[in-house]
Amino acid sequence: MQNMTQGADAGHVARKARGDVLPYLLIAPAILFLTLLFLVPLVQTIALSFTTGGAWSLGNYARMTGDLNFGVAIRNTFMLVIAVIPLQVALALGMGLMLQKLARGRDIVLWIWTIPLGVSDLAAGLVWLAILQNTGYLNSALFKLGLIAGQTAWLNAETPVTLFIGIVLAEMWRATAIVLVILVAGLQLIPKEFGEAADIFGATPWVKFRRITLPLLKPSLQSALILRTVLAFEVFAVVYALGGRNFPVLTGEAFVWQNENQNYGVAAAYAVLIMAVSLAATFIYLKALRARPETQP
Amino acid sequence: MRRRVRGARKLLFASGVAVLCAWILVPIYLIALGAFGGRAGVFKWPKSIWPGDASLDALWSFMRIEGVWQAALNSVIAAVLTMVFSIALGLPAGYALARYPFKGADAFRLMLLMTRAFPLAILALPLTVVFIRLGLYDTPLGVALVHTALALPFAALISAGLFAGIPREFEEAAWVFGCSRFTAFRRIVLPLALPGIAAAAIFAFVISWNEVFAASVLTVTHRTLTAYLLAVLSESPLHYRFAGGFILIVPSVLFIFAVRKYLFAMWGVSNR
Repeated sequence: MQNMTQGADAGHVARKARGDVLPYLLIAPAILFLTLLFLVPLVQTIALSFTTGGAWSLGNYARMTGDLNFGVAIRNTFMLVIAVIPLQVALALGMGLMLQKLARGRDIVLWIWTIPLGVSDLAAGLVWLAILQNTGYLNSALFKLGLIAGQTAWLNAETPVTLFIGIVLAEMWRATAIVLVILVAGLQLIPKEFGEAADIFGATPWVKFRRITLPLLKPSLQSALILRTVLAFEVFAVVYALGGRNFPVLTGEAFVWQNENQNYGVAAAYAVLIMAVSLAATFIYLKALRARPETQP
Repeated sequence: MRRRVRGARKLLFASGVAVLCAWILVPIYLIALGAFGGRAGVFKWPKSIWPGDASLDALWSFMRIEGVWQAALNSVIAAVLTMVFSIALGLPAGYALARYPFKGADAFRLMLLMTRAFPLAILALPLTVVFIRLGLYDTPLGVALVHTALALPFAALISAGLFAGIPREFEEAAWVFGCSRFTAFRRIVLPLALPGIAAAAIFAFVISWNEVFAASVLTVTHRTLTAYLLAVLSESPLHYRFAGGFILIVPSVLFIFAVRKYLFAMWGVSNR
């Protein structure tokens, strides 16, 4: 190959020039598409949020923050993120380590555990609605065990705590799989020799986990956290399926302002807020979980 | 004594695995019961966890509701279009990333990764206005375009990983024998990468099939199944909601089964 490119006749020069252009031609369609459907809408959303009646203003943000549901939506969304993400990472980490120890049936267990990867948030909400609704399976089980006297409501506006727990359960059920997949992919990259070396020096499983697994898993943990947190700030359909409007969240409010109030400006303000929060979270993870390259295999 | 401790530990481990499997599977079984149980099943109290009076009638009566078939069809159209677009655009980009050390490659890769830090579906909000003007509003094509923005970065990164795993020498050998770049790609690289590409395509399908927000914002009469279910959520009886949820789950679970071999390859590469 090297001898061929060293030839200086016209044909090879042409091929080399084409080789320079070719990668750009190959990525051009994707770049064009992402410009039109990612960058342009991004700028439009920001512009839309800062205009009212054709003039620049902060009116949309004033209406957003002045809305009764605003504070509640912020609180609910953050509470969900703070409750769900650590639980999910812990559960996924536990599941990933279990998979590594599993001698037989690893493939089937892995498939079962990753099923929710294909389940939409709306469907997950409906699944847990089937369990938690008044005549649902949870109440039936509790009734048969004699723990409750009759049908009990868990998902009402009057029962915000159990509604919150229900949403957390549904989110845990649905979205732990993606964290699991990313962490298992990361665990597979950790060389076995490290653990074997630690064994020779008599390290306990806990020390091995703290000193070897966790540090080497940092890059995977980072991408899992970024992906999950961004998606968690977008939470919406699970909440609607379980609690309707009883549990306002940011994305739900954006949806209501857009579709029902037909006020695109305030909806855009919510969208910008969600984006800012997501980017801030991503930035924090990138800073806090920076893995120095020389510490990675 | 020692052996008994080990046995107990083994048992504990096995039951832990079993409990976690049940944690995933039992809720799916229960919504299936809800979907097949129909009206009578929903109000039965207290419920049994055995499928006593389950029948296909309940699911059929849901499918016969005005608009449900059409919504399911719209979902399929949008998902297939998403699949086609994201592969058609992502595959060449992935090939370029894997084969050429061109200037700007890192910036392009970063752009693909950056899309993940944005709640992309929410960017459908300003698109309503543009789409109305272009005649794309309320069409499966419009929905598919937004869903492609979600799926394309994955498709590009996944295929970059696939192509990087195929030795360059295979292609170079084909060039030596007089194949053009394109022929070499089509005859040598593509067949080797095909299973992985199929997995990426299925992944794009699932992303579109499951997406709720953008689909709901961009459609009114030609709703996708998720948008339809969300719109009628508050006024539809419980057994219809369960039937809808169950129908949403089934295809994606089957698809995830089909791509299970590639899940880690896909995430392993798209992740660093």
